[in-house]
Amino acid sequence: MADLRELYQELILDHSKKPRNYREMPNANRRVEGFNPLCGDHFTVYMDMEGETVKDVSFQGSGCALSKASASMMTQALKGKTKTDAEALFERFHDLVTGKAGEAQAESLGKLAVFSGVSDFPVRVKCASLAWHAMKAAIEGDAEQVSTE
Amino acid sequence: MSALNHVSLEPAGQSRSRVDSGFDVYALREDFPILKQLVHGKKLVYLDNAATTQKPRPVIDALACFYCADCSNIHRGVHALSERATQEYENTREIVRDFINAERLTEVILVRGTTEAINLVASTYGRKNFTEGDEIIISAMEHHSNIVPWQIVCEQTGAKLRVIPINDRGELVMEEYEKLLGPKTTFVAVTQMSNALGTINPVREIIEKAHAWNALVMVDGAQGIAHLGVDVRELDADFYAFSGHKIYGPTGVGVLYGKEKLLEDMPPYQGGGDMIRSVTFEKTLYAKLPAKFEAGTPNISGGIGLGAAIKYVTQVGLENIAAHEAALLERATEAVQQIPGVKLIGTAEKKASVLSFTLEQAHPHDIGTILDQEGVAIRTGHHCAQPVMQRFGVPATARASFALYNTFEEVDALTSALHKVHEVFA
Repeated sequence: MADLRELYQELILDHSKKPRNYREMPNANRRVEGFNPLCGDHFTVYMDMEGETVKDVSFQGSGCALSKASASMMTQALKGKTKTDAEALFERFHDLVTGKAGEAQAESLGKLAVFSGVSDFPVRVKCASLAWHAMKAAIEGDAEQVSTE
Repeated sequence: MSALNHVSLEPAGQSRSRVDSGFDVYALREDFPILKQLVHGKKLVYLDNAATTQKPRPVIDALACFYCADCSNIHRGVHALSERATQEYENTREIVRDFINAERLTEVILVRGTTEAINLVASTYGRKNFTEGDEIIISAMEHHSNIVPWQIVCEQTGAKLRVIPINDRGELVMEEYEKLLGPKTTFVAVTQMSNALGTINPVREIIEKAHAWNALVMVDGAQGIAHLGVDVRELDADFYAFSGHKIYGPTGVGVLYGKEKLLEDMPPYQGGGDMIRSVTFEKTLYAKLPAKFEAGTPNISGGIGLGAAIKYVTQVGLENIAAHEAALLERATEAVQQIPGVKLIGTAEKKASVLSFTLEQAHPHDIGTILDQEGVAIRTGHHCAQPVMQRFGVPATARASFALYNTFEEVDALTSALHKVHEVFA
């Protein structure tokens, strides 16, 4: 059960039950749906980009605790970041959940480091990274729907 | 649930699920080598049987025997190995014919599985016979494999797809079915038993009503075959399909049953070796049934393994299996309902072997991960039945499904693992 506690840390459970920035954003200038057809997880990520900067970001949808908490914490981490920062964060987060991040890199992710346990559950990587893929597509402005399959 | 009368329902620990016939689940488990393993340090509790069943020793041995002793191509060789392999493979056709009570061997087409069988009928019978304005009826509880092939053929022919709705318990609304039937109805495709809900459909009645309108009926037996069995003649089914791997056989082999007259009139599905009588560049004459629908080298070892699987099931006795599974389902249904936040999806009066549910506090995937850590294997997701999920307004469910080798202790392991989920997410 040690692994499980590592996976479902308090912070993750808290964000899954009370997701932050969980709302539609009518004035969003970027909007991408993230969809996992295998499991049915489905999120919409809304972004308000001002030039190269993420002015606001929110999300809505349904999915498991991991996907929801990850989306919620992602929105908190992104506000005010530049496009380049956001892309770099995506890479670092992806390394974290796929077990490629070193300790220093994990620490540099701050609160997001709670997702390090995901790397022990390879089938759940897609859950944890779904909203992130949608976010990446949104800032790059090249898709309206992304799929993790 | 009269079958329950034959099964003892003592508490787990001392109980032996014995039916009068001598059904002994613990003895039977010895036939399934895979069940002996630990998963994450816990005893494996395999409750994903609606996805695929585990294979008993005689099936594994049949596969190994083929590759150790008889491996060769069938139907063509004159040498001893090919003769033996052909005999074994064709022997399965007879075992299947007997098991489903088909009249003739020509009515038993060996295919890759249920999906291929349905696609075969849709793209040969359907493409030849459906025309603009025809109506094809399916139901709201179908697996994607009994939806999409019909959508494709409807697109190609201009036929229209109509859907029998289901009620809140997950049962077909038969009055609505009768309303859908009419002179435009040409074909009905319906499952014998729902993989997502466990519902057993009144297939006999469905067929009778369709035949009254001269419509043909294809029954998807993927789930039904291992729990209910089938008598295609008694049902008067026009087509019936099932997969080997859901009845303790290998993957990649399955059966299409079709009435001979219908199969005769259908064009071939795939062209190639084995399905021809003679080939010239001017004209090719097709082989007789069943070879006409069996182009190319088939899954020979799989076919032989399927024969071994059906023999095994017949020896254990389908009625004994059904009675045992009914007892497991009843125990699981009662126990799972004690967990706070549980909602059962699929509460049909007639159901078998499938317990689909959601937990208010935890998404099915999280349930699946936590159960896996306890050694309990269940399925989570939409079960390839997205319209069913939409009908019940859930994105996914957790599904435990039972087979002949499951025990009451395993049902208890499921329940206590679910209590752990509740602890984590409460």
